[in-house]
Amino acid sequence: MKKKFYIYRSFERFWHWMQALCIFFLAATGFEIHGSFSFFGYQNAAKYHNIAAYTFIVLIVFAIFWHFTTGEWRQYLPTTEHLKSQINYYLIGIFQNAPHPTKKTVLSKLNPLQKLTYLALKILVIPTMVISGLLYMFYRYPQKGTIEGLNIGSIEVIALFHTAAAFLLMAFVIVHLYLITTGATMTSNLKAMITGYEELEDPHAAHQPEATSTIKTELEV
Amino acid sequence: MVSAISILTSKSTEQTKLEALKEKFDKKTQQPVDHSQFAELKKKFSTPQQVTEACIVCHNGRAQEIMRSNHWNWERAEYIKGRGIVYLGKKNAINNFCIGTEGNEMSCAKCHVGYGMQSSKTFNYKDESNIDCLVCHDNTETYAKAQEKGGAPDPSLDLSLIAQHVGKPKRTNCGVCHFFGGGGNNVKHGDLEKAMFEPSKDVDVHMAVEEKNLQCVDCHKTENHMISGKMYSLSSMNRNRVLCEDCHNESPHNDAILNKHTLKVACQTCHIPTYAKVNATKVAWDWSSAGKLKDGKPFEIDDKEGNHTYLSIKGNFTWGKNLKPDYVWFNGTAGHYLLGDKVADTTKPLVLNPLYGSYNDVNSKIIPVKIHRARQPFDPVNAIIIQPKLYAEKKGEGALWKDFNWETAAETGMKEVNLPFSGKISFIRTEMYWPVNHMVASKENTVKCVECHTRDNSRLAGLTDFYMPGRDYSMIIETAGKAVLLLSFLLVLVHGGFRFYSSRSEKRKK
Repeated sequence: MKKKFYIYRSFERFWHWMQALCIFFLAATGFEIHGSFSFFGYQNAAKYHNIAAYTFIVLIVFAIFWHFTTGEWRQYLPTTEHLKSQINYYLIGIFQNAPHPTKKTVLSKLNPLQKLTYLALKILVIPTMVISGLLYMFYRYPQKGTIEGLNIGSIEVIALFHTAAAFLLMAFVIVHLYLITTGATMTSNLKAMITGYEELEDPHAAHQPEATSTIKTELEV
Repeated sequence: MVSAISILTSKSTEQTKLEALKEKFDKKTQQPVDHSQFAELKKKFSTPQQVTEACIVCHNGRAQEIMRSNHWNWERAEYIKGRGIVYLGKKNAINNFCIGTEGNEMSCAKCHVGYGMQSSKTFNYKDESNIDCLVCHDNTETYAKAQEKGGAPDPSLDLSLIAQHVGKPKRTNCGVCHFFGGGGNNVKHGDLEKAMFEPSKDVDVHMAVEEKNLQCVDCHKTENHMISGKMYSLSSMNRNRVLCEDCHNESPHNDAILNKHTLKVACQTCHIPTYAKVNATKVAWDWSSAGKLKDGKPFEIDDKEGNHTYLSIKGNFTWGKNLKPDYVWFNGTAGHYLLGDKVADTTKPLVLNPLYGSYNDVNSKIIPVKIHRARQPFDPVNAIIIQPKLYAEKKGEGALWKDFNWETAAETGMKEVNLPFSGKISFIRTEMYWPVNHMVASKENTVKCVECHTRDNSRLAGLTDFYMPGRDYSMIIETAGKAVLLLSFLLVLVHGGFRFYSSRSEKRKK
């Protein structure tokens, strides 16, 4: 029995799409600064990269606040439950039209692989980008500059961390864009992130009459 | 936020700063006195010394100031790292143009602020009447020194007229020597040449006649005849430098990222994209071919623009126009090859004035330089550079420029500087570093970021002791990163392909 559930609330969708925009823009300007190609012009790229970086940091601050006030951070707690079957699904089941091994619900939106990947992004890749990026902006060299405590001899290490994490983030984006299409239908994940609603298996449908379950859903909203 | 604030503050200070400077140099200063009204000067001068004596009558004490200056003494005390205090100057320095003044003073002293220098050893540095006031203070633009007369003026000059029209030095006064050093226009510096007498805005934004029309002494501020600024061809210490920051501040840009650069990058590096913009400058001098004669006579070969490419007296030259500078780290100190120093390694070019500095040195900044390369005479047995006798008045005195014989020129020259000569002459490669400080471009024409921040042909490709975004990367991270991206992409393609294929076969089954 499938029902429409409101699974991504407005801030969450705003955060997601702003973050996507920031990451794409930071990647475009960042890899120009890195010397990979030229498009905006080097000076513009550097200027825009800094502006986008501040925007992203503000967004991250709001997102962290949102995660804790809503308790949504629990979505990212890693689990080994169904991990193996999820891997098996992507390797085998998906080609045999097998059902998703983990049921998406409002309280558990992420499968165990997503939980692991997003957690790694949140606690490793994004912090590496932000910290190395802030050091890039505020390092103090040589014995002059913005913050006395950030007195360093060379930006090489900072730059290399920033670049390495950028490559990882880009790899994530490629795979993420593809995995969007592996929902119930090709576009159901994308639609959900745009509208907030997704048709999911109703976990209460088997035990309760239809009318009550509708009320229940609305309450959850 | 922090950068936003700094953007705002730097913008507002720069505007007032620049506006204040513009206003300051818009004011036309008038000569405070009219020298043509002074009785002391209303007479016929038969010798230049008489003019000097007339000057001193009113300007007492000034002669002593000149006699303390390096324009007069041709040397000053310099501390050189590793060798202590050295008296260094035109008197004894070795360069890779005309090599050195010793023994050649009759010719070289055309640019001495004095009269009658036959030899720097015998010249009376205490005789104030030999001071040449006019070469710097003539405002008629008619004063000129005679060729090869030890600094004496051209005998045809109207000294009375000149003496009655003296004043603050103009570009013409400084330029007659500083634009022609090394034996011709723009030979030495590359950024100081006759086009700077009346430069357009394209040549120099400060000195442009149609702009602020700055004179040399507007930046090279002078107190008691001590002129600020000097060249590292003849000096070694981080003192008495003229910096852009003397007028502009250290964070003059509207862009915070640009302002950060001023920690490690000198203003000139970005603001002087090219030098020798109007006339070519000498970039290489090969002494080894000097002395050839055609029908027993010296000859010259010129290029299309009229630059000498060969002179029997000097050898072969290479010229360059609109040159991109080379770049070095510089902390304001330099070393010097001094006459008589042993040269240990002749496989590499000998740098006569190494500029010191590095990325890790907090006092160093990247500066633009002109590198002048030469092959110059060398005594391979004694391992010292030869100071040849170049100029003499007559043939048979051993001078290369009269007799065209390297052996006698080397022997005579080395005897005059009291150094041994083995009788053997070879030619070694030498380099000199000339900081480029003039020919400042307008802000629209500065060096673009990407000219340095690029992987290929970066202007700073030669400075490899630091990490620069856009130019540098880690091969490991670059390769691994690209591999991860490629693998991700392939994974997506293969996985997606299989899904597409399997869904089609599912449909067919149905």
